Amino acid sequence: MLFTSYEFLAFLVVLFVIYYLIPKKFQWMLLLVASYLFYLVAGIGYIFYIIATTLSTYLASFKINQLQERQVNYIKENKETLSREERKEYKAAMKKKQKTWLILCLLFNFGILAVLKYTDFVIANMNALLDIFSVGTKLPFLRFALPLGISFYTFQTMGYIIDVYREKYTYEKNVFRLALFVSFFPQLIQGPISRFDDLKKTLFDEHSYDAKNISFGLQRILWGYFKKLVIADRLLIAVNTIVGNPEDYQGVFVLVGMFFYAIELYCDFTGGIDIVIGIAQVLGIHVEENFIRPYFSKSITEYWRRWHITLGTWFKDYMFYPISVSKSMLELSKKCRKWFGNEIGKRIPVYVASIVVWFTTGIWHGAAWNFIVWGLLNCLVILVSQECTPLYLKFHKRFHVADKLWYRIFQIGRTFWLMSFLRTLDCYRDVSTTFRMYGTIVTKHNYYELFQGGLMNLGLSVAEYILLLICVTLILIVSLLQRSGSVREKLAAKPMWVRYTVYFALFLAILLFGAYGVGYDSSQFIYSQF
Amino acid sequence: MKKKILINVAAICVAILILMFIQRLLMPKYMTEIPEGNLVEEYYDEVKKHDVIFIGDCEVFSNVSPITLWENYGITSYIRGSAQQLIWQSYYLLEETLAYEKPDVVVYNVLAMKYNEPQKEAYNRLTLDGMKLSKSKIGAIKASMMKDEVFITYLFPILRYHSRWSDLTQEDFKYVFKKDTLSHNGYLMRIDTKPVHIIPKGKKLPNYQFGENSYYYLEKMTKLCKDNDIELLLIKSPSVYPYWYEEWDEQMVNFAKENNLTYINFLEVVDEIGIDYSTDTFDGGLHLNLSGAEKFSLYLGKILSETFGVPDQRDNAEMKKIWDEKVDFYYAMKADQEREMAEYGYLKSYGAQAQQMEAE
Repeated sequence: MLFTSYEFLAFLVVLFVIYYLIPKKFQWMLLLVASYLFYLVAGIGYIFYIIATTLSTYLASFKINQLQERQVNYIKENKETLSREERKEYKAAMKKKQKTWLILCLLFNFGILAVLKYTDFVIANMNALLDIFSVGTKLPFLRFALPLGISFYTFQTMGYIIDVYREKYTYEKNVFRLALFVSFFPQLIQGPISRFDDLKKTLFDEHSYDAKNISFGLQRILWGYFKKLVIADRLLIAVNTIVGNPEDYQGVFVLVGMFFYAIELYCDFTGGIDIVIGIAQVLGIHVEENFIRPYFSKSITEYWRRWHITLGTWFKDYMFYPISVSKSMLELSKKCRKWFGNEIGKRIPVYVASIVVWFTTGIWHGAAWNFIVWGLLNCLVILVSQECTPLYLKFHKRFHVADKLWYRIFQIGRTFWLMSFLRTLDCYRDVSTTFRMYGTIVTKHNYYELFQGGLMNLGLSVAEYILLLICVTLILIVSLLQRSGSVREKLAAKPMWVRYTVYFALFLAILLFGAYGVGYDSSQFIYSQF
Repeated sequence: MKKKILINVAAICVAILILMFIQRLLMPKYMTEIPEGNLVEEYYDEVKKHDVIFIGDCEVFSNVSPITLWENYGITSYIRGSAQQLIWQSYYLLEETLAYEKPDVVVYNVLAMKYNEPQKEAYNRLTLDGMKLSKSKIGAIKASMMKDEVFITYLFPILRYHSRWSDLTQEDFKYVFKKDTLSHNGYLMRIDTKPVHIIPKGKKLPNYQFGENSYYYLEKMTKLCKDNDIELLLIKSPSVYPYWYEEWDEQMVNFAKENNLTYINFLEVVDEIGIDYSTDTFDGGLHLNLSGAEKFSLYLGKILSETFGVPDQRDNAEMKKIWDEKVDFYYAMKADQEREMAEYGYLKSYGAQAQQMEAE
């Protein structure tokens, strides 16, 4: 059931009505039923994977908790008799047992993800190797169907089990509640990747009808659909024309494609998240923000703090830190300090952890070399940027431009284009094509084609370009307004006729200008297959 | 509180009115191009007292002239035809028509029996968009939808036509509230000529059997007529394209026999009718032009009048008044088309696009 389908809208309306009609204590159960129904529509076979993840995580969390409780009780009961050493030894033994359950759970669930998502990628690479060595045989592809949102729910659930292991919070005793946390339908497809302790505060609560919450939630949903249907799916036509025909669209068109894709992806992904957060808000549930105006970032590091925030923090908390402070990494650092000196030695763990994280981030986005190269290039830019920090500081000390508006705009533009360049790796069919297209920006001087009707061949009419310009300007204005507080709160303070006019105009804009129905292939959200 | 509720209700009403206006604005008007898109809805403005109702595809709305039937036999008739009208659409249009009036005879052109499944969204729209919301319309939509079509877009056509915002023309604004009548009781007049050069031989088909779905609706139609005490006449109109196979004809003969109906294949009597395919068709044999339609109607009228006993209403003052106006409009349009032919050498009103669409 696509978010952009009529069936989904009908599903939402029915759900919202029933949700506020039934006794409040059943609300979370209704959400569980709705979430599984939503999942079942995607394919009956997929449901077994999400159930397997839920049950395996429940079992592991139950066992880990059992061991934690046993440890507490044992120490409490034998407080007098146990020496400090014995206590430490006992704790270590218990932790080891917990770790076994944790690792089993991680292996099982990441194993499912890896097998389903990466088997064919591995086979393709093995075939390439066999080709190089002229073996003459090819391994057949297995073509597993990827269950809906598997990357998202696996990461979210594995975050939960790690937190339970780390004793950040206690495990969820009710398996059905855990099932809802894993499968909560709005965020199942494209995140955000929620933390259990954040989401549970409102997910299992009893919610009364709250007009403001519902109004704000619906506004957010409308805004999401506006971004997705009016802008993203319209730009998709031009982007597909450019990247689908790399022999015809080179030079300046590669830049146009980058620019359009930057806007398309932003509107697609943030639009989807707006819909998710809006739906949750109508239900009285708080879901974490996943974006904070990322295109206003002045550096790539800042960009990654503002873009897909929950994925970034997941990698930071569950991969970057554990790797960089691991025993083996500390030993490596020690050795490196000895060999290369203090400065470099202390950076080695950070470098290694960064490379691992960015490699994983890349491959999380897709089982293809494009994504791996994209991840590693991001890593490279961030590390080079960190290494250049002393230079930047010198520059700013000498020229005092950091506070100047024009310089800030320059930084924003620089980050935008840098990210757009990297992001182009998502688009073309392979890495070599992408780099060849990068090359044509310099070698092919066809800028004049833009002014000779070149833009008109991308599948969009003049009227549509004008519409896009107006809509993107509107998004820019809203983003600027957001910096001084919630736009919906500001709107709520306006007279009723102003509010109603704005709501209706937004609704009408989606209805009229949305790229849906006959003649449009209202695409899935880009992040839904990650 | 009461004031707030009132304001909200008023706001919703205003919003609905605006949406209704925009929907009307965005829907195709079919005034200068593809006029057959208007045929279904024109019926609702009609005084619904007809002794004969025609249903079917272009082989009725192009080949039968109700004015000729009136002038020569005093038969009051209406054609509820539309482009590539599929048999389930014919059935539901008939069901809807019978909710308004009860004719003596229903004439169904059987060409659409060859289609067992929905064919094209564009043709569905030409028939279904014009229907008023009713149980029959819902039935027709459900029976007609292609796999990738969505039911709600028929109930709220703005969801289908929203992307026309950038293609709106003066015509869309001009006819937003009221449209011109283009047909003559469902007949679309064409006076131009494009002769038939070769009488076609049909290509061999893998299977000549009409589909189950087609028979299902033909049986339903037969039952509907019998239940309402209406004579059902099955015809194959004298268009030479698309080819009408002997095997198809045989099936219709058998069906008529089994159900005690009359079936007439007018292709077998074209000489008797007097149709000359070098002068009586406007698109090489797919459809008859005015000359051909009048000849065919004259022949058909005799059968309706003599065999089926359809009454002559020319002495009925009320009917005469209504039909006199129709006759005037008919001849005015004929004169206008003759003027266009003389001035441009082709018909400006019914452009090439309409012909192409039908030809498909």
